[in-house]
Order: sequence, then C-alpha cells, then structure tokens
Amino acid sequence: MNIVVCVKQIPDPETPAASFKVDEVAKKVIPAQGIAPVVNPYDPQATEAALRLKEAAGTGKVTVISLGPDSARDAIKHALAMGADEGVLITGPEFEDIDNFQTAKALAAAIQKLGGADLVLTGRAAADWDMGVVPLGIAQALGIPCVTVAKAIEKNGAGLKVERVLEDGFQTVETPLPAVVSVSNEFGEPRYPQLRQIMLAAKKTVQVWGANDLGIAGEMGKENRRLVLEALYVPKVESNVEIIEGDTPEEKARNLAQKLRAAKLI
Amino acid sequence: MAGILVIAEANEGALSSISGELLGAARKLAGEGAGTVTAFVAGSEALGNELIALGADAAIVDTNPTLQGALAEVYLPAVQAALQQSGADIVLMGQTALGRDLGPMLAFALDTAVSMETVDLKYQGKLIATRSCYGGNARAEVSFKNAPAIATVKAKSFDALPADASRTGTVTTIDVAGEARIKILGVQKAESTGIRLEDAPVVVSGGRGLGDPSGFKMLEELAALLKGATGASRAACDLGWYPPSQQVGLTGKVVSPNLYIAVAISGASQHMAGMAGSKNIVAINKDPDANMVKVAKYAVIDDYRKVIPALIEEIKKLG
Repeated sequence: MNIVVCVKQIPDPETPAASFKVDEVAKKVIPAQGIAPVVNPYDPQATEAALRLKEAAGTGKVTVISLGPDSARDAIKHALAMGADEGVLITGPEFEDIDNFQTAKALAAAIQKLGGADLVLTGRAAADWDMGVVPLGIAQALGIPCVTVAKAIEKNGAGLKVERVLEDGFQTVETPLPAVVSVSNEFGEPRYPQLRQIMLAAKKTVQVWGANDLGIAGEMGKENRRLVLEALYVPKVESNVEIIEGDTPEEKARNLAQKLRAAKLI
Repeated sequence: MAGILVIAEANEGALSSISGELLGAARKLAGEGAGTVTAFVAGSEALGNELIALGADAAIVDTNPTLQGALAEVYLPAVQAALQQSGADIVLMGQTALGRDLGPMLAFALDTAVSMETVDLKYQGKLIATRSCYGGNARAEVSFKNAPAIATVKAKSFDALPADASRTGTVTTIDVAGEARIKILGVQKAESTGIRLEDAPVVVSGGRGLGDPSGFKMLEELAALLKGATGASRAACDLGWYPPSQQVGLTGKVVSPNLYIAVAISGASQHMAGMAGSKNIVAINKDPDANMVKVAKYAVIDDYRKVIPALIEEIKKLG
C-alpha cells in the first residue's frame, strides 16, 4: 500500500501563555524567543498509523509531505526518523498566509504528482489553527472518501476498517480505498525515533516542490484566501480573581468552601 | 436573496440542544440584518414546527430515512438542496460529529470557507465569526470571500430562545440523500465508570505541581464529595501519575463544567485549551503568578496538601 502522511510544523503548544505574542497589525503570531517550533502533536499518530499498516502488510511505502517554510524539514525528518521512507517539502513565497482551502489544494496536487496514494493520513487537526478541515479538503480535491478522527485503523479486504471517535463513544466504519483518514490522539503512543533510525533518516530523500512544480501558482497567495482573517489578538484576561485570605491553609480552605457555598457552586 | 440556514440535529426524534442554540444565534444575526432564518433537519415533519417555535421563520424537513445516523457525505446533497431552496448565504451548524465533517465538506464543495468551533458571530453587512486558536491563546475574527459563509458553532456558545408555540412559519419536506461510500458497521457507547469527565458538572484536576501521584487520591475524594470527576494535566499524565483517558487539554478531553478546581496546575495553553470554557474556575496553587490563578474566580495561594483535606472537611460540615 502506498501511504502518504501529511504533517505540519507549528509553534509549540506548551509555550507558556506569558511568552505568546501576536502582531495585531500583521495578524500573525510572533515566534516566542528560544522556543523552537514542533511537529503538530497529532501528526506523529498519523505517521505511527502509516507505519503499523505498512508493517502489518509487510510491504508498501510511506511518503511524508509537509507544506511550510524551510524549517518544516524538521517535521519531515521526525517522520522519517520514525520510519517513513521518503519526504516531500512544499515550500515557497506563494504559500505564505494561505488558508486551509489552499493548503488542501496544494497537498492534493502534491499527492497527484507523486502518482496518487492508496491512503492519505493526517492528524485530526493542527493545534495552531485547530480547524480539522484539511483532510476533508484533500479528499474533496481527490474525489475520494474521508474518515475523520480515527482511533484505530486496520486493513479489511480491499478497504479499511476504522474506529472513529464520537462525543459519547465510537463508531466502526468501513471505507473503500483510496481514502483520506485523519488520526486522533486516542490512536495511541507514537514510537520514539531511535538513534539508528535518526541516522538512517539523514540519508532518506526529501524532494522540494514549489507552486510552479505543482501547477497551482495562480491559486495560492494571500489574495486567493477564501477565509479572510479580519483580526487576530490575544484575548484580554481581565483577572477578576479573588484571593481567598486566611492565616493558615486550613482557614483559607474553610473560607473557600463558604465562598463556594454562598455562590451556590457547591 | 439572503438569509441564514441552520442545520439542526435530532436524536431519536427529539431535537438536540445545539439546534436551539443555533437558532438563538441565527435570530441574533437576523436582528442585525442577516435576513430570514430557515432551519433544516432530517427526521419527521413534526420537528419542523418545533424549529419554528424555537425561532425559525421556515423549516425544511428531509424525511429520507437513510439520513438517520448517517455520515456527512450522505447529508451533503440534502443540505445543498436546502441551501438552494432557502436562498441563504449563511449556513450555521453545530460543532458535532456531523458538523465537524459536514462544514468543511460543504465549504470545499461550494468553493467557499468554514469557520470551525465558532464561539461568537456578528453580522456587519457580512458575517464575522470569532474563534479561538493557538490553544486558546489567541482569538481570530474571520469573514468569508465567497458565499455561503459557513460556521460550525461550539456547544453552549449561544443561548436557545424559549419555545414559542405561537410563532408561525412554513414547513416543507424534501426527500434527498447522498450515496454512502463509507459504511457504518456499528456504534459503541463509551463505557463510563462513574461520571464522564466531559459531562461532569464539577471537575477537580491535578498537575505536575502535586509532586507525586498520591496527591490524586485527595483530589478523587474531593471530586466524589462534589459528585464530580477527576482530571489531570498532560504533564501529570506523561509522568504516569494519572491515566491518559482523564487528561484535560488540547490532546485530551475538552470540558466545560460549572466548577473547575485546578490544583497545582500552572495553566499552559495545552491545558487551557481543554478547560477554558469552564464557568467558574478555582485555582489552588503555591505560585500567585500562575496563569491559572489569573483566570480563576477564586484562588487559594498555599500548599494543596494542607488546603484540600481542610476543604473536604468543611464541605462535609456544610452538608
């Protein structure tokens, strides 16, 4: 099975709130000093799912694609070190500030340029914009079904059996291939790259494609966004905190209990 | 033509709570000049009148039985038919298992965009949707270049209006459903031992600051007393102190209880993303500058090992 995994590099979600800054005029996040961007926390699960399917089949190829700045190579390298076979970096000025519709188009074009895929895996969402729409967009562009928020995936005849996470449980579905599947954190722990794998990864091929290589230059660029960013800001936290007073921890606790009772919260 | 199409949802013949909330949001937008409100639902014709009572000006009921419990791809042509019939240029749906797929699917099919997990909406000659991003650290306001503007709305972001049986409107039925490429083999309800974290009215969570896993015993006792559930930060779960199934945060459960008691949790965005919707937050922390203390309603700045037992004792005394 030919599997493509889409990964994204994002600002570290563990960044302390105090270090998170936004340029409200440019409507962009100002990278926090000294905190390196990371692989989107959902994406290693997608890579893990791809590797397990390949291992179960005993054959196949896992290609990892990332759209982003040159530093997104690190996100690709991480997947290669986990065991993916090849990488593709989609990069260039045309991709700056594009929306998720354009991102999905670009990823779909890259998958087509690779000769298509039997299965496209993504994380359930990117933890920066937290939309979860790109997998559905790739599926739409490729004209194939999309199963979202998977917690388990297995080959089932010519198709796949997938367990999807719902609000109050899960659902088992069967999809024909090719398909797009987005993988949730419930999938389980992704493997940790071993030193030998990291060294092997350095020798694996990473192709670099621009908008012209994909024939989509005219559709990219901020001006072709369908979702218009009107404002981006850090919400003002009006701290209305009432610090519970008391001479001892026990007295503070008693005062807290009484406050909560008076406010009918307990 | 302009107007709003609300994608309502029904479960076993009854409208789900998000349906009323979406109509509440739609009436607000209508009041700001966004046009008339049409509601779409799959089910029986009787649901149409319920939607009118909750604020719709007209209702379109799709009576095709294959829509019941179906995936978004089956809904897509039905919603497109309702969109055409209503002439709406705004589509609102819930951030539900259906909406989280249907919103993007509809947007990509119609060459437009969708705002996911929308928490606020306003109409200023065009729809402006507010959503939270970067783990709750930032808010984005978005508008739409093409029509229709589509938003999936997070539960409890808007209030439903009280049902008013005297409201009138036209209910029409359609019979449209798409082809299912993906087959549903079965549905399993989550096995719940005690109260599910997501449903609990009170959540008591602990973080790395507990110092060791034994602290969770205390938190469980407090949670049980308050008929709530116990959660943990990612840091505490990563240390193996508490099961990952109880993790609250970006890569864990998202909760919005009436009372959230955060014990020894600093409040990194990873955690805030999972609990920022809590109605009332209590922080118990040694650090007065912790982010969690800033967002709390009440805070106790002290050692939780002394505070929690005294808190349990006092709550028992209050009865």
